Amino acid sequence: MKHLVILGAGTAGTMMANHLSHQLEKNDWKISIVDERKEHHYQPGYLFLPFDIYSPSDIIKSIDEFIPKNAELIRGSINKIAPKENKVHMEDGSELNYDVLIIATGAKIAPEETEGMKGIEWQKSVFDFYTFEGSLALRNKLRDWQGGKLVVHITEMPIKCPVAPLEFAFLADSFFKHKHMRDKVEITYVTPLSGAFTKPKATEALEHLLKEKNINIESDFAIEHVNNENKTIVDYGGRVIPFDILVTVPTNKGDEMIERSGMGDDLNYVPTHKATLQSKEYANIFVLGDASNIPASKAGSVAHFEAEILTDNILHYINGEPLKEEFDGHANCFIETGNGKALLIDFNYTHEPVEGSFPFAGIGPLRLLKESRMNHMGKLAFRWIYWNVLLKGTHIPFVSATMSESGKHYN
Amino acid sequence: MEKIIAGKSVAVNEEGYLTDFKQWDESIAKELAAEAEISLTPRHWEVLTYLQTEFKNEVPLSIRKIGKSGVVDIKEFYQLFPKAPLKTATKIAGIPKPASCI
Ligand SMILES: Cc1cc2nc3c(=O)[nH]c(=O)nc-3n(C[C@H](O)[C@H](O)[C@H](O)COP(=O)(O)OP(=O)(O)OC[C@H]3O[C@@H](n4cnc5c(N)ncnc54)[C@H](O)[C@@H]3O)c2cc1C
Repeated sequence: MKHLVILGAGTAGTMMANHLSHQLEKNDWKISIVDERKEHHYQPGYLFLPFDIYSPSDIIKSIDEFIPKNAELIRGSINKIAPKENKVHMEDGSELNYDVLIIATGAKIAPEETEGMKGIEWQKSVFDFYTFEGSLALRNKLRDWQGGKLVVHITEMPIKCPVAPLEFAFLADSFFKHKHMRDKVEITYVTPLSGAFTKPKATEALEHLLKEKNINIESDFAIEHVNNENKTIVDYGGRVIPFDILVTVPTNKGDEMIERSGMGDDLNYVPTHKATLQSKEYANIFVLGDASNIPASKAGSVAHFEAEILTDNILHYINGEPLKEEFDGHANCFIETGNGKALLIDFNYTHEPVEGSFPFAGIGPLRLLKESRMNHMGKLAFRWIYWNVLLKGTHIPFVSATMSESGKHYN
Repeated sequence: MEKIIAGKSVAVNEEGYLTDFKQWDESIAKELAAEAEISLTPRHWEVLTYLQTEFKNEVPLSIRKIGKSGVVDIKEFYQLFPKAPLKTATKIAGIPKPASCI
């Protein structure tokens, strides 16, 4: 009996377990999936929790619910991988031998990377919304905040869901408007990038929205430290930005387990072939989701497209066939813009997000790079799709794993 | 598109970055530095050479990597190339502007 081991039962690992449980010959292969948590969190929900749009029960379900019956869920912390021995060492001293390994241990915040970030003001006036605890603490703060300077900040790229901080700024604008206190809140968006986003056309559209919503933007800001006494953030060039509430996205990193295994880059991401999703160093190790270093967005939608292609590649690998170099970096993200509207962007390694219609060329019903209510419905529907379609590894009708160029206005 | 820098016609993109590193030389660097109001000292040259080596080795550049390179720390990098050091320094070095990936 051969053994396929999946590390991490988050978005990506769970999808792979479901795909492979249908595809691998049950008499030949055993599937195990390892995670230290009991709960599966719908991370996109962390964006809505601070504004009381979602409650904790919308976001949290039990991990077990989504693991297929013929896969074994192993609960425990992974200490390290010994890739040369095809072994995984667990914290409790036990070992797992594998024939094929899939790494899906994700990425998480590392506020300790920035001096003063996790200081005395942490979760008092300095918050993150990339963890459940951070998001909840921020909700409690915002519920009775009287106004002042709200600074939304990205420490450094890459981060998970790179549009989330922008969405946070848009939703904050909308939230304070509804509370009839927008005039008491000054919102500033601070980014290490040169503009609102990384891709030119989308940057243009998003900067227009920032202006419309009266949100200031400070770009090219590389933070050096958080000053807890004066409540300011300071960059290496000496620029100082004061805040009453700082909502920051700290440095994102892969799990320390990757570092202990000696398999990561300087941010603990695993070097991975961007078209096949095979590890660059070990032929029987594959990486998907946020844990890899491929130059694609760290997003659940990306993990979904990756999982379809990786499933084929694992089968090719097992049969001794050449891998398909098919993953094109396809990402598809809704961007909440507040007031019940959203934008939609669809892009890949080579094609930036542009205007057009999705998924049907010329018809839609979703509009690319334009605000609409329909897109907002799409974003809210995404939660249902996540729990009921994505995690189960079901193909989404009409949306292919590789990006389609039709219906898009490239020039 | 083409641009005349230090008396030579070189290929640049719309942001003014050289698109062919082979066309780069020290006089071009000096002129690009002058455009950014920087006069190049030996320290600048050390950093530029380091950036070019990383580029040739296809190592993606980031502020974090440069800070940990041992060549220059981030504070000094900002002093040498004020405001947006990575963008300015790569332009002077004749290499592409780092794509801070999505
Ligand atoms: C605020 C926010 C908003 C977002 N919005 C969107 C959105 O709108 N659309 C979208 O597509 N994506 C969005 N994302 C991104 C999306 O949530 C992630 O890209 C996705 O969850 C990545 O899946 P993953 O499986 O790679 O990692 P994860 O889902 O994080 O799973 C990793 C798993 O590995 C386990 N693990 C790690 N290390 C160990 C260890 N040493 N031992 C045992 N277990 C371990 C963890 O417990 C975890 O369960 C958002 C993310 C955030 C934070």
